[in-house]
Amino acid sequence: MFSLGSGGAKSPKPSFVSYVTPEEIKPEGEGHLQERSPEFLPGEVVFCSAKHILKCSQDEDSECSVFGTLFCTNFRVSFVSDAIPPEDTVQPFKNKLYGENDIPLSCVDQIYGDYDEKKKLITSSQMMNKYPSKIIIYCKDLRVFQFSLLHAKDETAKKIFQGIIRHILEPKSLKCVFAFSYGETTVSVPDVQRKQTTVMFDTAADWLDEMKRTKGGCKLVKDNEDFGISEKLPQFFFVPTHVENEDLVKYQGKGIPIWCWSHHTGCALFKMASLPVVQEESNAKVQKAYMERMLNAVAQNHLYSVKTEDLSETLPNIQDIQQSYSKFKQNFLIDSMAEFWVSDVKWFSTLETSRWLSIIRQCLHKAVEVVESLEQENTNIVLIEKGGSDLCCVISSLVQLMLDPYYRTLIGFQSLVQKEWVEGGHNFPERGNLLHQSDKESPVFLLFLECVWQLLQQHSPGFQFSETYLTVLSDSINVAVFSTFLFSTPCQKASIMKTEPDRGALNIPPVWEWSLQFDCKAQGFFINLLYRAKSKQEKALRKAQRPKYTRQLSLPSTPPPKKGFFKEETENLKKMLRGKRISRWMQLSDSAQASVREFYAAWQRKPLDYHGLLLPCLDGPAVRLWTQRYLRWIPEVQILGGGDVALMNKMATLVQEVQELCKEVDRQVCQADSCLENPMVFLRSSVHLSSSFPFAANRMWSFRPAIPTSIGDHQMDMGQLAIRDDEDTETTTDVF
Amino acid sequence: MEEVPRVPGETVKAVAKDVMYLCPFTGAVSGTLTVTDYKLYFKSLERDPPFVLDVNLGVISRVETISMQIGENNRGIEIVCKDMRNPRFAYKEEQSKLEIFETLTKHAFPLSNNLPLFAFLYKETFPEDGWKVYDPVAEYKRQGLPNESWTISKINSNFEVCDTYPAMLVVPTSIKDEELRKVASFRAKHRIPVLSWIHPESQATIVRCSQPLVGPSDRRCKEDERYLQTILDANAQSHKLTIFDARQSSVADTNKAKDGGYESESFYPNVELNFLEIPNIHVMRESLRKLREVVYPSIDEAHWLSGVDSTHWLEYIRLLLAGAVRVADKLECGKTSVVVHCSDGWDRTAQLTSLAMLMLDSYYRTLRGFQVLLEKEWISFGHRFAARLGHGDENHANSERSPLFVQFVDCVWQMTRQFPSAFEFNELFLITILDHLYSCLFGTFLYNSEQEREVHSKTVSLWSYVNNHTEDFTNPFYVNYENHVIYPVASLRHLELWVSYYVRWNPRMRPQMPVHQNLKELLVLRTELQKKVEELQRDVASSRSVSSSSDHGPSPSHTSTPLYTTV
Repeated sequence: MFSLGSGGAKSPKPSFVSYVTPEEIKPEGEGHLQERSPEFLPGEVVFCSAKHILKCSQDEDSECSVFGTLFCTNFRVSFVSDAIPPEDTVQPFKNKLYGENDIPLSCVDQIYGDYDEKKKLITSSQMMNKYPSKIIIYCKDLRVFQFSLLHAKDETAKKIFQGIIRHILEPKSLKCVFAFSYGETTVSVPDVQRKQTTVMFDTAADWLDEMKRTKGGCKLVKDNEDFGISEKLPQFFFVPTHVENEDLVKYQGKGIPIWCWSHHTGCALFKMASLPVVQEESNAKVQKAYMERMLNAVAQNHLYSVKTEDLSETLPNIQDIQQSYSKFKQNFLIDSMAEFWVSDVKWFSTLETSRWLSIIRQCLHKAVEVVESLEQENTNIVLIEKGGSDLCCVISSLVQLMLDPYYRTLIGFQSLVQKEWVEGGHNFPERGNLLHQSDKESPVFLLFLECVWQLLQQHSPGFQFSETYLTVLSDSINVAVFSTFLFSTPCQKASIMKTEPDRGALNIPPVWEWSLQFDCKAQGFFINLLYRAKSKQEKALRKAQRPKYTRQLSLPSTPPPKKGFFKEETENLKKMLRGKRISRWMQLSDSAQASVREFYAAWQRKPLDYHGLLLPCLDGPAVRLWTQRYLRWIPEVQILGGGDVALMNKMATLVQEVQELCKEVDRQVCQADSCLENPMVFLRSSVHLSSSFPFAANRMWSFRPAIPTSIGDHQMDMGQLAIRDDEDTETTTDVF
Repeated sequence: MEEVPRVPGETVKAVAKDVMYLCPFTGAVSGTLTVTDYKLYFKSLERDPPFVLDVNLGVISRVETISMQIGENNRGIEIVCKDMRNPRFAYKEEQSKLEIFETLTKHAFPLSNNLPLFAFLYKETFPEDGWKVYDPVAEYKRQGLPNESWTISKINSNFEVCDTYPAMLVVPTSIKDEELRKVASFRAKHRIPVLSWIHPESQATIVRCSQPLVGPSDRRCKEDERYLQTILDANAQSHKLTIFDARQSSVADTNKAKDGGYESESFYPNVELNFLEIPNIHVMRESLRKLREVVYPSIDEAHWLSGVDSTHWLEYIRLLLAGAVRVADKLECGKTSVVVHCSDGWDRTAQLTSLAMLMLDSYYRTLRGFQVLLEKEWISFGHRFAARLGHGDENHANSERSPLFVQFVDCVWQMTRQFPSAFEFNELFLITILDHLYSCLFGTFLYNSEQEREVHSKTVSLWSYVNNHTEDFTNPFYVNYENHVIYPVASLRHLELWVSYYVRWNPRMRPQMPVHQNLKELLVLRTELQKKVEELQRDVASSRSVSSSSDHGPSPSHTSTPLYTTV
């Protein structure tokens, strides 16, 4: 059979895992124990493995705990159960790269060890000599795993523990990330339908198309093709026409207003990495003059007006964001049922003290301020931040999502992420702590997705993608397979991909190749069934006006004809600008709060157009918890037969019926074209699905309801009222 | 003078010009104030479109003068409403203005001024009589009653045994009337254990009653003990009976000292007693009062969550739902009969039994079924609507007032949120019920018990109105989960403040377009296409008889409504 911990000296303690005593456990005889292993990916190598590992469930229910083998590979920690899984389990939403019992190494958030009933955070290999009775792994996608080592052989237990710790926690070089061994062994899929796919913004043509689409008028800079200007900037980018070429090379890419997007009136959104702080007066003077030239150039883009927005002054910094999220996520990393119900009583206060929702609100608020300036005042905006690649990305992407319905389509959204985040040089590996080399971890991209989710839940019909898509995207950041989240800058990507000629073609796919993770059917869940696409007629009309993309314009896209007074006014403005210089640049102030409220109210009074401007409501109750992402793995909060999936199922059924009818009509009139494409079809009636669907779909949720256990434990402050009789008619405080 | 819109039977009582309404959201606005015997109506032409405030008088809890000085307007008045708003007016001190507010006070509290409630003046007629929605015999028949163990007793037909119970009661067949009377004398307010619901398969039952009068000396009642044993015996599936006492155990002990109490497990064999620890009506009233401060008029964005938390409102909602889930689970999974009581069995008991019944029986989740549930568990079983709401009474500080029914409807709303396709009715239906809970337009929620409620001939039922507008109150996502039990998750992580009810006066919180718009369009599209298919099939059939290769002219244009595209 198997040995018990250190020679049976350790007896299973009641608090540990399950109440199963070793006698009760009937592992199959070693002789015919099947050698089972996970299905390895190309390039995946096993580091170590251990048998007789008990995977424990949160509810301390012995039936849910299973024995199996734990593997640690260069991609993941994988648990393979000894029990042969039933063949017929249908998984409508199976991830092809990793399964329910797999933890990609880069997905591990924290590891705890259970040492004599004490939960200790394992931070480095210092504690490696003594292995714990139980390893608890918190994942970045909020799953919690508990593996008991008590039943494994002493040597194996030690080895697997050390292996896991080493491969997860120790700093590593980028080349050691699994994507590289994966990329060497797979063959790239030929880009068949280039037109239908995400715009990558890695060619000058992509940028020129985007400029054409938004009808902006900036100039393309090609001088950075070999990253001569800056390693932080993309190979191609746009700057205002009046920026002098020699100014581009002055501050290693800092202080250059990089074009993001043009409003149909002509004003545009720019972002900029702020100039380094200098002490010396002469240098400061030079910098000031430089900034003046830059802002002047921006101002001349449209109507001679410009506002700057220094995000590091008005928004929480990346440490604040990290701190807040660390507190926030603790609410969902649950070890046991009892712990869950205890924390439930304090739910609202812990949610508020984490300030996570408040940071989301601040970001959305800032984005609305910028939208207001563009839409209402037709002012050019320059977002400024130290590196220009964190909150600048959040705010500029949000502004574009609110203003431009193209980015609310799935392809449009992915192109936006490429444009602002990937090419914009957001340091994904550092912010995601991919290499464990620095302490600059901060979930900035997740914060952006959170903001998008808030918009999506408030204006569902305006978005082509679903919340499931956003959840999957947020998970994919932590699967170290995709080029999208692998490199700190486009320059790093280019240099690494280039210097590998002798090792053959390196094929690291972008995350947008969804077929790597999900089959066609599962990808159906990415589509929001409430999305109101433009009707074909409308589209046809638009097509006549603008050849390539459809975008709702409430105003003519060319600037209004310059009448006499207008010309005069611009001349005056020019003079004024020259005279007053930099003092004219406005800073958004506290009064912005009231102004934004008024802007929102005015927008709210107008009829809602899902293909026009969409603004978020930011009042207290409107900013909500992304329940799908955060609650999906907690058994206690699964609503069996409920949740939004019930709505979606109804919609899907209806879409299908309509589709059938369309086909019938077509058949009757002998016409071949069908008006609707395949919607997703759910496999089971929603009665049997839970609110976590499509996640955790093959977990067995209990049909018994979850009953809170901490009722009465929590002393509510009710004072004298509680002990009074109901029919006590003594006159008291006001009733209503 | 411009006419205000009126309902049949409504008369204008006073009109005053140049009154200023101090809107907390859009600022002060001047206009004409009209008071009728049903509502207060303010209209200002200063804005485009005209600004209108319409408050029915039934909703008014108290009217207070406040000190004020805005220009000429030196008098102010605040109207505190039961539905979470307090409109304020400012006016110049002069005869016509003083009179109108006097008229307002008089008609807002008709009972204190020897006037009838407006429901008795309302003259609208509807095609269907809503008073006929609930027929106890039909409802019990639907549940399969009477059967061999349970009978419909007429013992209370004159309300002699219990004046707060309905005339028709379902009790165990084997219990004689004499015994019933003895049991009645052992239960508070004579509210004996009676059947509310029976499980169609296991025959486990939900039984409701009031607390036993045990007292400090541990009094016993043989008949009561036998009665509960009979209820247990009527269910062959279980040899246990579970009593859920809704109260906090400490409070139940206090009640015991005051001659009330709870069943002792040693005197009632095979009985298991559980306390659900739900606080009393005073705590609930205080909680809603605090909630009003959090939501009206403005919301403190930064402290929204802790603000809601400090009211404990959602915590109590959670307690109630958790209690009801335990009741439903006992019946469904434990196949065990359940007795529910609190002190008098008309507040928390009604909340718990009706919520558990909603979980267990899909009929109650239909538009009509829900009306039956309210008529049965709340109205006929004597939830004291008049006392708890204080209709037409100026004594706003009466401690018998408490928003228990609002709390129940909130629980139902939480369930509809968790199970968006399990209910045939929509949110508007629930809000409409709450609006007319206070409005005194209909007779439905006016009285304390069935005995008092001989209002059928004199007033209109809310259901007459509702069932004449079913389209408005239907949930387009409804799927009939027949025979399916739904358990809401009683975790604060899934509970939300009902913004579209409590915060609805804040214009910023108003939704612009319902999400289900798309679904409605799809439904229309489906109907159109169904018609088209039928037409075409007819055409094909007829044309075949004439010519086999006829062309049908232009193809039908179904290009106008492609709602969905995929990647």
